[in-house]
Amino acid sequence: MKESNEKIICPITAKHIKVALVGQPNVGKSMLINSVSNAHLHVGNFSGVTVDKTEVLFDYKDYKFTVVDLPGTYAFTDYTIEERVTHNYLCAEEYDIIINVMDSTNLEKNLQLTSELLTMSKKLVIALNMSDEADKEGIEVNAQYMSELLNIPCVKVSAAAKTGIEELIDTVVKKFEGEKKEPKLIFSEAVEEEIENIVSYLQKHNFQAVNSYRNIAINLLKENKKTYEKLHEEPIWTELQPIVIEASKHIELHHNTDDIKEAFAEEYAAFNRGIVAEVVKQTTTKHEAKTLTEKIDRLLIHPIFGIPIFLFFMWSLFQLTFTLGNIPMDWISAFFTWLGTTIAPTISNDDVRSLVVDGIIGGVGAVVLFTPNIIILFIGIALLETTGYMSRVAFLLDGFFHKFGLHGQSFIPLVTGFGCSIPAYMSARILKNDRDRLLTLFIIGFMSCGARLPVYVLFTGAFFAQSMAGNVLFGIYISGAILGLIFAKVLKITAFKGVDEPFVMEMPKYRLPTLKLIWHTVLTQTIMYLKKAGTFIAGAAILVWFLSNYPHDVNLDKVYAAKIEKSVSVKQKALLENQLAEAQLGESYLGRLGKFTQPIVAPLGFDWKMNVALQAGLAAKEVVVSTLGVLYSIGGDVDESSKSLANNIRKNIPFASAVAFIIVIMIYLPCLAATTVFAKEAGSWKYAFYLFVFTSVVAYSLAFIGYRVTLMLM
Amino acid sequence: MKNLLDCDRGEKVKVSKLNAAYDLKQRLISFGIMKDAELEVLAQAPRKKTIEIKVGKMRLALRSEEAAQIEVKEI
Ligand SMILES: Nc1nc2c(ncn2[C@@H]2O[C@H](COP(=O)(O)OP(=O)(O)OP(=O)(O)O)[C@@H](O)[C@H]2O)c(=O)[nH]1
Ligand SMILES: [Mg+2]
Repeated sequence: MKESNEKIICPITAKHIKVALVGQPNVGKSMLINSVSNAHLHVGNFSGVTVDKTEVLFDYKDYKFTVVDLPGTYAFTDYTIEERVTHNYLCAEEYDIIINVMDSTNLEKNLQLTSELLTMSKKLVIALNMSDEADKEGIEVNAQYMSELLNIPCVKVSAAAKTGIEELIDTVVKKFEGEKKEPKLIFSEAVEEEIENIVSYLQKHNFQAVNSYRNIAINLLKENKKTYEKLHEEPIWTELQPIVIEASKHIELHHNTDDIKEAFAEEYAAFNRGIVAEVVKQTTTKHEAKTLTEKIDRLLIHPIFGIPIFLFFMWSLFQLTFTLGNIPMDWISAFFTWLGTTIAPTISNDDVRSLVVDGIIGGVGAVVLFTPNIIILFIGIALLETTGYMSRVAFLLDGFFHKFGLHGQSFIPLVTGFGCSIPAYMSARILKNDRDRLLTLFIIGFMSCGARLPVYVLFTGAFFAQSMAGNVLFGIYISGAILGLIFAKVLKITAFKGVDEPFVMEMPKYRLPTLKLIWHTVLTQTIMYLKKAGTFIAGAAILVWFLSNYPHDVNLDKVYAAKIEKSVSVKQKALLENQLAEAQLGESYLGRLGKFTQPIVAPLGFDWKMNVALQAGLAAKEVVVSTLGVLYSIGGDVDESSKSLANNIRKNIPFASAVAFIIVIMIYLPCLAATTVFAKEAGSWKYAFYLFVFTSVVAYSLAFIGYRVTLMLM
Repeated sequence: MKNLLDCDRGEKVKVSKLNAAYDLKQRLISFGIMKDAELEVLAQAPRKKTIEIKVGKMRLALRSEEAAQIEVKEI
């Protein structure tokens, strides 16, 4: 039925194969897709990297493949949202074949999910991934024998070393073309007996079904909802039901439990142990001293030194962001100045020239300028994600987080938030409990995202010496995080009351990421940043330019022209020209808007330009920088030699106002796109509205305090 | 009855019973923590707030509340 459907939709000769990639978390599903296609799916060394399904298309020989990357799942228990995504997909969507990806170094655990997959009664191929790691650890897997034992094709692959990939795809094609085979799964005698009972009952009544009788019997015993619903409507149900109930009782008794799921889990575990004993050989001696991971953990999750070590890493990252990041900044800055001065003479129209040079080049340049800093930050986050350190920090911080009403695993979305709030909001799905998740969603914004970094770098660079700026930057990030924790506590005791959720989290082994992996991860994010600068930010810069140049007041021109004519010295003339530009800016649409709403922010010490930049920043934080760039490039500046934005800021903005400004940036809404994602993940726009009110009130109050305190101290 | 929280670092024990509520119990089972599974305590955060254990080849972090719900016996 399905095939005929597909033929109608795609009348091409090539055959389509839709593959669902399923496996436990962190076994390398996403990386496997990356290695068969030219996709760059997000890969990281912790559970819960992929939280939504993604389709990847590629061609192989005569086949068109659609591979669906699904979030990893330990079992079909729907424990967290992202696991539910996988389960729902497998139950409700159309696909031809499942590739069950496994970590060869831990087959016993991985097979537990396979046992559950078998109840789907779909075609199945097993990919024994991480075979390179298994080799290194002296683990030998006999894939051939395993295929025979399970009656499922098993192929050794390594997504990292790109071995066995072709064989895997060939096997998938073969399986796709071939008949579906009944996989072997043997239970204990007691259970086999009960299955046999049900099967023979179905046989006796010649029950019509798509799936095998054995499959139906197992699903009935496992209390599979779908099978129950289907059989419920059958006439044989009245007779069958008591048989099933009786059988379940026997099995539960046999396992000394009152939970049939537990009984089956134990059955599966026993079977899997048997398989592993047959097909896996440990060549090196087992009593080998502690594994490398355990040795590293001795230090990194040390009860006393663990957290200081983590803080030290963070501090180093921000130092590097500043010191190393500032070197290429000079070059980029020089490039845009050169670009501006080269292009300017080629444009004869004054307005167009100003639009191109001050508006576009100025605005985009101001944002691109911070690419090196952003790259360093991204590298830091990529290292945290790919080495396995992420879960360690979650472990270290859980006790501390718990005090503030947060879940240890909240650390993962929170750290992601330092890069960009959008994936961070999505990765909050790894939290089981809705209240924990909402709470985390509400404070992700306190973790300053990469787009705010330019604003911070700009201001710290303007007001502090090079040697101090890195520390200040670190201070800004840490105080943001601490504020987040405090507000988590406040929200927990007011809005999100409730019991604490359990914390159980897998700690992956440490892995040395390849340069290529880091490169791709960072490159993807950097390109996104630059793309945004070239499109969205450029658009915003143009808009800001128009709004700040129009309407043009001719009267002002006349008044100043008269004055300029009378001026005696060159210096006075320049001063007057500047005053004119400033006055024109004040009369522009943007100037009027800024001045109109300025009384609101006056208590924070903001002039109208800062006011406008903050409002523009609601769209995206980079726009703050580009807007300041445009606004402060016009007027205000008398001394021609100091053109840089940082200098302009130092000259035009009092320190106390700058402090208040940074506080607002730290706290208020990240950007429009993120707010949309927030609403989606939180489940309602109502929450986005709450977030807006919450962050605005907090930002305003704290900025006011910051402003006053700084004024007092100065 | 001894539970996992009572164990010292480096101690190896066997699970005898899971006293957890339904959801957590299913979760623990899917991690391989079920009757007769062998566990080893690898690390403890200050005041045993959070502990790290080894189940088969997997390392797992648990909070003290969860660990207390896992009844164990000596091997
Ligand atoms: N040595 C080795 N490492 C691998 C291999 N495949 C994946 N990895 C690493 O394993 C980790 C997990 O990879 P992912 O592709 O993110 O795993 P996933 O299964 O998609 O994980 P989730 O999305 O969380 O379910 C990463 O650190 C990879 O670098 C492999 O074949 N060999
Ligand atoms: Mg993934």
